[in-house]
Amino acid sequence: MSKSNSPLNDFMNGIWKQNPIFKQVLGTCPTLAVTVSIVNGVAMGLATTFVLLFSSLIISMIKKLIPNQVRIAAYIVVIATFVTIVDIVMKAQFPDLSMALGPFIPLIVVNCIILGRAEAFASKNTVVRSGFDALGMGAGFTLALIVIGSIREILGSNKLFGFVVLPDTVEPMLIFILPAGAFLTLGILFGIANNYEQKKKDKEIQKAITAERSTKLVTAPASVQTETEEA
Amino acid sequence: MNNVTKMLVTLVVIGAISGGLLAKIFEWADPQIKANAQRETERAIFVVHPEGKKQEKLTGIPDELYKVMDDKGNLIGYAMPVKGNGFQGVIKMMMGVSPDLKKITGLTVLDQVETPGLGSEITKESFTDQFKKVDPTPAIVGKKGATETANDILTITGATISSKAVVKIMNLGLDELRKLKKEGKI
Repeated sequence: MSKSNSPLNDFMNGIWKQNPIFKQVLGTCPTLAVTVSIVNGVAMGLATTFVLLFSSLIISMIKKLIPNQVRIAAYIVVIATFVTIVDIVMKAQFPDLSMALGPFIPLIVVNCIILGRAEAFASKNTVVRSGFDALGMGAGFTLALIVIGSIREILGSNKLFGFVVLPDTVEPMLIFILPAGAFLTLGILFGIANNYEQKKKDKEIQKAITAERSTKLVTAPASVQTETEEA
Repeated sequence: MNNVTKMLVTLVVIGAISGGLLAKIFEWADPQIKANAQRETERAIFVVHPEGKKQEKLTGIPDELYKVMDDKGNLIGYAMPVKGNGFQGVIKMMMGVSPDLKKITGLTVLDQVETPGLGSEITKESFTDQFKKVDPTPAIVGKKGATETANDILTITGATISSKAVVKIMNLGLDELRKLKKEGKI
């Protein structure tokens, strides 16, 4: 069991096994809204990771001091503080990005990934583990946004990172930068992710069955083996 | 300490710490945020007045309005930020007019959330440059298909509402300027 508690394991958990978008289906609202381009996706992902990391650290540090009845209120204040810091710093240093992401930066406060991880993980685990869990969740969220953002940017405007990657002869599919395209992309990606998981599960079951059979065969009496040989 | 006091104290302490922290950070960032907004406005002013070299905010009037001068300090026109509702949200623009308000020197869209590929075409020069040739008195008119009089602007196919919104916002801005002119404030 020591392996499943290692910091690396906590980190990797967020990347795939409990990916906030594809597995937990948390924070889909900003996911759908900001992924018109890969740059927006990366910025949103990093902003969320920053808030997630610092609020998880602080919450897991002060978890014993907070009376149980007011814990959610206390978490929200901590989260809101970091979100506001991100918002102010972005406005001051990256005004263009701040314009592009608009109200979705302040709305990180109510992003369920952050409160979800605070309640489910940071309030029960050590500071180090909470930090790695937050980094993992943030990385998983950012990766998901990058995947969706790049698909939508390539198909919707023939560009990637703002550079033209498809020739002019390919008509950009505008629907992909409209809200409908976000739902289509996310839905298909959910399908692919679930299909992959299902196949993996099926394979594991198959493996377990064959493993069981082979052990039975080995321990089976000699008469069974001769029977099969005759057949 | 009983439970209720403990709850109160915890929340007050957390609130005070985060409030203090935010105040400090805002103090540091505020001048930069203002400078960014200032730079953005200035850039827009010189887009609508390409010959302008200096700009000055007019005081004593209710609207935000900038006087634009050439390098010798002669008045070459006014620049006014205007906004109004488009098809999906607010359209913000910077409008440049000549000192007699008879000619529009330029128009640039600062912020819009119109439909990409259709309404968002209002930001293109092919649309905004029309305003430089139009006669804004008594009012600009958005027309589909073909222009008829000197007051007409050709609307964008598939984005009539967005185009007409721009025309309406321009007319409201011009009315405001005419009113100020009449009152002798500019």
